Amino acid sequence: MRVPLSKIAHTRSGDKGDIANIGVIAWKPRYYPILLREVTPERVKAFFGEMVEGPVERFELPNLEALNLMLHRGLGGGGTISLRTDAQGKTYGAALLGMEIDIDERELTD
Amino acid sequence: MIRIANGQGFWGDWLEAPVRLLDGGPLDYLTLDYLAEVTMSILQKARQEDPSLGYARDFPPMIGRIAKKLKERGVKVVANAGGVNPVSCARAVLKAAPGLKVAVVLGDDMLGRIDEFLTKGYEMRNIDTGAPLASIRDRILSANAYIGAFPLAEALATGADVVISGRCADAALVLAPMIHRFGWSADDFDKLASGIVAGHIIECGGQCTGGNCQVDWQNIPDLANIGYPIVEVEPDGTWVVTKHPGTGGRVDTHGVKEQLLYEIGDPRHYMTPDCVADFTSFKLEDIGPDRVRGSGVRGAPRPPMLKASISYDAGWKASGTLVYTWPQALEKARAIDRITRQRLDQLGLHFDEIHSEYFGFNACHGSAAHPVADHAEVQVRIGVRSSDKRAVERFTREMIPLVLTGPPGGTGYGEGKPSVKQIVAYWPALVPREEIQTRVEVVE
Repeated sequence: MRVPLSKIAHTRSGDKGDIANIGVIAWKPRYYPILLREVTPERVKAFFGEMVEGPVERFELPNLEALNLMLHRGLGGGGTISLRTDAQGKTYGAALLGMEIDIDERELTD
Repeated sequence: MIRIANGQGFWGDWLEAPVRLLDGGPLDYLTLDYLAEVTMSILQKARQEDPSLGYARDFPPMIGRIAKKLKERGVKVVANAGGVNPVSCARAVLKAAPGLKVAVVLGDDMLGRIDEFLTKGYEMRNIDTGAPLASIRDRILSANAYIGAFPLAEALATGADVVISGRCADAALVLAPMIHRFGWSADDFDKLASGIVAGHIIECGGQCTGGNCQVDWQNIPDLANIGYPIVEVEPDGTWVVTKHPGTGGRVDTHGVKEQLLYEIGDPRHYMTPDCVADFTSFKLEDIGPDRVRGSGVRGAPRPPMLKASISYDAGWKASGTLVYTWPQALEKARAIDRITRQRLDQLGLHFDEIHSEYFGFNACHGSAAHPVADHAEVQVRIGVRSSDKRAVERFTREMIPLVLTGPPGGTGYGEGKPSVKQIVAYWPALVPREEIQTRVEVVE
């Protein structure tokens, strides 16, 4: 079934120059493999569309059951150059919560 | 064990936080972080206009307010409030709080050495774009190397009540008391890295104690009285993140994880002037109410290059807004965008970028915005950027006339014509460590 990412993870986002970074944290340790499978750089790039001009890079933190996503050229120039309201990507994490992922219902139940 | 708190995550943070950290329970060190990426350029400008300025002006009155308690409790302050003028900052602190001993760390300012560095062949390419610094040489406003925790620890060793630096790595403020008290050396990579991870967690103040946190946010207790973070650090480098009893907010592993991931790059190589920390190496656990323990952090030797924060003049910008309502709110707002662009085009003005967004529809999430069927209200916001100040000034006259010459029902122009702002942009680069010599001075 298709559910929003918010079912299995929470996020926090910010900036490094023109890179938006999103930390994606599994609500439960056993959801971490679902993050690895579903939250791929390609899908995140497609989800954000023209907002993100460069590639999406993904790093894994198994000790925190979390991913770090770096959205290159994702902030319209970044810092003080960007003309966007959210020039620091503070709301990008919230946006990503709405990305739909594919899971088996059994993966959600204890 | 020592207790280190952070009472300011940025210049402009909650003014009550440092006071409450002192009043609310035991504490050994109070760190205050004032410098964001472009703050140095703002301070450089202030110093050009008045040679006695160029530091975080909030800081001396804050110390004046808490000086008596600092002395009574024996709490030491470590702050990067010095900006581009730490000595003047120290003098202002002594004026506000006579009787305190103040030490400053100098040597991060490299504005006067840019040409020397370029001549030596240091290209100082922009870490993000790869462009050489020479391409913006004549527009540089400030240049500072990020210094590490060791010079700050050296300043604490003078017995100072207040240590003031200019540009330093944010987490170094928190690491410095550990080096000072536990006698860690430059090759204690794992311990240094553990201190850096603790510093990264608390450097944004309340953002690790329940602020800006998605974890059941509606039920985070009493954010009005949020407790700012404290790390209790053991001599072996392990730590517990907590807050004073009876304060609002919440400390748990999920909230701390959010902050650990905040504004980082490759988690295996978190670069600092003192070590490289591996954010994938350690264990995080809830060990009690509002107590999160971290252990097992691994580190690697410090990098040969220091990061530098350079700022430069990047032209001008302005943005204006108008509000439209149901019916056809979004269509009307889009018409404003179309007509404004056409009028600007007819004037033959040059802009590097014109950017339009619609609050209520897509202002923050853009192409990833959640769809809405029929908007009650939409605010259109148009921003422009140009190296030609006159073009930006002319833009600021173009939006308000649309209330009478555009689609029906325009409002929300109450603030009048938008103001034109200079863009001071950030240029991160690398410089060889050996070029940056720090020194500590006690200011009497």
